[in-house]
Amino acid sequence: MICAATDNQLSIEKSAPGRRGLHAKNPLRARADVPANLRRKTAPRLPELAELDVMRHYTRLSRLNFSVDTHFYPLGSCTMKYNPRFNEAAAALEGFAGLHPLAHDVCAQGTLELLHDLSARLTELCGLDAITLQPAAGAHSEFTGLLLAKAYFENKGETRTEIVVPDSAHGTNPATASMMGFTTVNIASKPDGRLDVAELKKHIGPKTAVLMLTVPNTLGIFESNIEEICRAVHEAGALVYMDGANLNALIGMVKPGDLGIDMMHLNFHKTFSTPHGGGGPGAGAIVCRKHLAPFLPVPTVKKEGSRYVSDFGDARSIGKVKAFFGNTGVLVKAYAYMLAHSAEELGDIARYSIINANYIRALLKEMYPSYSSEYCMHECVLTPGKDMLDKGLKTLDVAKGLIDRGFHAPTIYFPLIVHEAIMIEPTETESKETLDQFAAAMKDVHDSGVADPQALKDAPVTLPVKRLDEVQAARQPNLRW
Amino acid sequence: MSKPEELKYTKTHEYVHPGAEAVVGISDHAQHEMGDVVFVELPKVGQKLEKEKPCAVVESVKSAFDIYSPVSGEVTAVNAAVTGEPALLNQSPLENGWLFKIKPSNPAEADGLMDWNAYQEFVKQAAH
Repeated sequence: MICAATDNQLSIEKSAPGRRGLHAKNPLRARADVPANLRRKTAPRLPELAELDVMRHYTRLSRLNFSVDTHFYPLGSCTMKYNPRFNEAAAALEGFAGLHPLAHDVCAQGTLELLHDLSARLTELCGLDAITLQPAAGAHSEFTGLLLAKAYFENKGETRTEIVVPDSAHGTNPATASMMGFTTVNIASKPDGRLDVAELKKHIGPKTAVLMLTVPNTLGIFESNIEEICRAVHEAGALVYMDGANLNALIGMVKPGDLGIDMMHLNFHKTFSTPHGGGGPGAGAIVCRKHLAPFLPVPTVKKEGSRYVSDFGDARSIGKVKAFFGNTGVLVKAYAYMLAHSAEELGDIARYSIINANYIRALLKEMYPSYSSEYCMHECVLTPGKDMLDKGLKTLDVAKGLIDRGFHAPTIYFPLIVHEAIMIEPTETESKETLDQFAAAMKDVHDSGVADPQALKDAPVTLPVKRLDEVQAARQPNLRW
Repeated sequence: MSKPEELKYTKTHEYVHPGAEAVVGISDHAQHEMGDVVFVELPKVGQKLEKEKPCAVVESVKSAFDIYSPVSGEVTAVNAAVTGEPALLNQSPLENGWLFKIKPSNPAEADGLMDWNAYQEFVKQAAH
């Protein structure tokens, strides 16, 4: 039990006229220079609360949280690894945190050096040639990547209108293609989850701009035909974009550039241990080959003698996708994380994330069969066994049952190509003991569910809010309290 | 009311009731797999559709799904009732939950689709 459900009021409902916290002796007054016509006529409707009430309100809410700092969080394809506090300490250093974004290059040498070195390390890690650190997150990186492709083909005088995406892709891939005005061409996966190369070859040609491919794919399976895939796409004159969301499975072991891709994105909040949404702004990157480098957003950082300077490229650049150098505070965290690992240890991230996913898969195979009979990479896709399905128990029930047992639910119903998918990504940061406890909880969900299906259908019962009617909520959303 | 045997099916689980004004919807199997439908976006009357190109969206509690037109042609009517009451797709996919009507530009296209027996076999195969 996380917290008693005795207090579900909003702060505004707890408000009482005149209640307030301690005031400074000389309270700041509203600035007199705000023109009269712009001043509000009535006071804003804000809660009036004593400081203690506010403290208890937010402390209580924070205790209701499921987060990676409080619970194992095996959300597949999200890489919910622990965010080391060392990263935070680095980003909080006055020289980084206090730097004004408009500071002249001469006054920002430390930050520019960091961005330059981070760029060099990441291009090396990816086996590619050039990088932009401007994008604000993964999907924004995809958008930037397709802008590069568009500029690349325009520069060559070619008009290509189609983006090819496998049906196992992250939803952001077709969404990005659509937002950019491309037509999405969907390719069915083979039963083993891999891209069907014969099918791909039928769908690529002079209209194809880019193949967007997630490696390893969303079933946690390595695209073992990647070299043949890249060759075929290149023969059609098109580009290969690797969705790097699953880089945790490859980092330090495989340089994606060696596989033949033209560009890829990085999610710093996944592979490089910076916080996910809510923990701060995001950051992403596009890493690419030489032929795409002239089109990268500006500025980038270059070294002239012993000085670091902003490089504004030339007219071929697509321009800016984010102010200044992007969310540099997040980049400092990613840099700290990289410095904390030797090259060998970066490879250990991939090795341990793969071992952990396969350990879970092996522990659960009797109760939750794996979609694929192969070893998986950093995540495994399971389904409820026949004994559960026969009793009307679904993946949703397993997810809710896990919450009662103190675990955040895995990703469910994704990838779409797997019926009743349960997608588990333990990451390298979890211990064997935690994985054993999780497997025991999954077993308990299975055993108690089969014995008493209704009890599992009622889960969760230990939270302030019980099983919600998701259908009703989606069909008739009530967006006001 | 359409009987499942009178319809033709696509690999992406749309059905079409062939005719001068063909009726398009999603199969009973598809609605079952999607789960509770919560939102439907339909094409516009007069819109020209191409076979196998996305033309509508059905969103369930699990995910959003593109609907691909089983045949090429011009949309002659849409079922406004399903946008107000998406549950019709679950309750009555072949009757009250139809999506749109289309005047096929090439009626022979429907001949290439699966009949009821072939579709049932296809669904069985897909489930391995």
